[in-house]
Amino acid sequence: MRVGLFIPCYVDQFYPQVGIATLELLEKFGCEVVYPPNQTCCGQPMANSGFEHLTQGCNDLFIRNFEEFDYIVSPSGSCVLHIKEHLHGVGERGTTIPKKIYELVEFMTDILRVENLEASFPHRVGIHQSCHGQRGLKLAQMSELMAPGFSKPEKLLKMVRGLELIRLTRADECCGFGGTFCVAEEAVSVKMGKDRVADHLHNGAEYITGADMSCLMHMEGILHRQKSSVQVRHIAEILNSQL
Amino acid sequence: MSGKDHAALADEFNKDEPRVNWHDETLWWVRQKRDKAAYKVPEWEELRETASRIKDNVLSNLSEYLQQFEAAATANGITIHWAADAAEHNAIILSILRRHQVDKMVKSKSMLTEECHLNEFLLAEGIDVVDTDLGERVVQLAGEPPSHIVLPCIHKKKEEIGEIFHEHLGTPKGNADPQFLTHAARLHLREKFLTRRVALTGVNFAVAETGEFVVCTNEGNADMGAHLADVHIACMGIEKIVPLRRHLGVFLRLLTRSATGQPITTYSSHFKKPRPGQEMHVVFVDNGRSAHLGRKDFRNSLKCIRCAACFNTCPVYRRSGGHSYHTAVAGPIGSILAPNLDREKYADLPFASTLCGSCSNVCPVKIDIHEQLYKWRQVIVQGGTAPFAKKAAMKTMNWVLSNPSVYHGAGKAGRWFMLNAPFTVNNGLNPWYKQRDMPGVPKESFGEWYKKNKK
Repeated sequence: MRVGLFIPCYVDQFYPQVGIATLELLEKFGCEVVYPPNQTCCGQPMANSGFEHLTQGCNDLFIRNFEEFDYIVSPSGSCVLHIKEHLHGVGERGTTIPKKIYELVEFMTDILRVENLEASFPHRVGIHQSCHGQRGLKLAQMSELMAPGFSKPEKLLKMVRGLELIRLTRADECCGFGGTFCVAEEAVSVKMGKDRVADHLHNGAEYITGADMSCLMHMEGILHRQKSSVQVRHIAEILNSQL
Repeated sequence: MSGKDHAALADEFNKDEPRVNWHDETLWWVRQKRDKAAYKVPEWEELRETASRIKDNVLSNLSEYLQQFEAAATANGITIHWAADAAEHNAIILSILRRHQVDKMVKSKSMLTEECHLNEFLLAEGIDVVDTDLGERVVQLAGEPPSHIVLPCIHKKKEEIGEIFHEHLGTPKGNADPQFLTHAARLHLREKFLTRRVALTGVNFAVAETGEFVVCTNEGNADMGAHLADVHIACMGIEKIVPLRRHLGVFLRLLTRSATGQPITTYSSHFKKPRPGQEMHVVFVDNGRSAHLGRKDFRNSLKCIRCAACFNTCPVYRRSGGHSYHTAVAGPIGSILAPNLDREKYADLPFASTLCGSCSNVCPVKIDIHEQLYKWRQVIVQGGTAPFAKKAAMKTMNWVLSNPSVYHGAGKAGRWFMLNAPFTVNNGLNPWYKQRDMPGVPKESFGEWYKKNKK
């Protein structure tokens, strides 16, 4: 299967190691992975700020870059959700992109049906359930609903040798990143981030992981400012960690 | 917009971090109580779906149900009034009071009268209004609006309430014992109940089939007011109607579990006809609701039953406080209702959210709150209410991200600056940097790495 690798703009610029881990993971499971070099952004930062009408350029570019693939995979639940829900061109241009784009974790559990991993990460790890991945893409059950529990990221992390998952006091509260919210509502955004980080620290995490680097970038900024030794790792990096 | 926006007010609220922690934990505790109560109802999700569908039906046939209610209630001896907006609503109340030559009134909780600013209006007309819900009385004495639609004084600590009672009710200074203060309020309110001839209540549900209405309280203050007064006025938004009495079996099960985690309010009082010698009035208020009903993307926010579950779960509400929303109904639901009333004044509210989606998940009538927040953002920006600097930034961002070569150049240049001249971003002008460090800067982007290693 031919997989188009979609690396969100800020991951491309600030966290290339996450892109590399995603690429290597997909190749390990036999995917033929291609990174279209002219990709930029899904348009979400503008759209969530109320400027969806300006995103036609990003939108068209995205379709040009990714239409040809069997699947499109990205290490970001938030960007994938944006494409699924807000890509223009589904009706008039007949693009099937929203149906074949997957966030990395759900692609591994639902399409590749991964049951075993050769990975090792002997640390105590807390999962940050990013809202768009969880409540938007349904990567895990939501604490508000009275329904049976499941967690796709947890399922994969349990296959990693030596990894010990910690439990959080508030399982799925938002970290407060929220795109441009992080600067427009700086005070609340930071307070939410501090509280999320504190929950992980209080419950003994050495690492905080998740399927969205944006939330992790926000929490990393807070951890660094607090001079904490706790680090963030994108889930792709942990799943791709060597024995 | 004039006055401070949500971000500025939230910034002030966050100057006292221990207080933010206290506010957050108090409301999170209510969210947890809701979870526990809902968990005990195996058909919870089915109930939500049922409630949502009943309300769909109501919104699609609203005029018929209202007329059905009017006919039934009139036959029962209730007088029906129709108010197109807040001013008409207030004028109707005043005319009833004037007709009875009354200048004092008790009022139980009604967010609609907050929306219409009834208290201020009546005060200016020389009418004394006493809010009889304990929390509402506290904020009324403090001269503040409620910060929460179910828990109006949730932003006040018991010591502060002790101070307010000391000043207004003469309780001993420094006494902050909740039981003692409640007793003092009880004595103070009892006198009001006994001496007022007109009582105003809100309405939780109005049944079209029977012309009766239901008022839910925990303190019994609506009943005390209505039963002792010669005139009972009940005010309701036109969306509060339910078709059949048996539908109450759905809504009453959802309302209080969602609101406070109780199975049901202490009092769910049904009012159907005035007792002999009493007058009973129902005031139907539109105040923008019909216009809202015509907005396809936003109409289903009119399903709201005012439980405030979305407030309690909202991580932004818990950490910014109700007053930061500068509107009668705060929180996520308020943020999608308020722009309907005044798009310019409340242009900031749809942006006071991370779009985390927890609100939509707790909503007992399944309003797609976070999706409507997103849609309001588009409407507000296209309506021209976005600040100029934001527009310019968005246009630049769009230009960069629509042109791969510009994007690659800008990314490289940006990383070069961060690496070689970190002071260009690590400074007071960058709101990210104020309380957070910037991410580390890699030597090459993923795109650059890929070109070298994979092609």
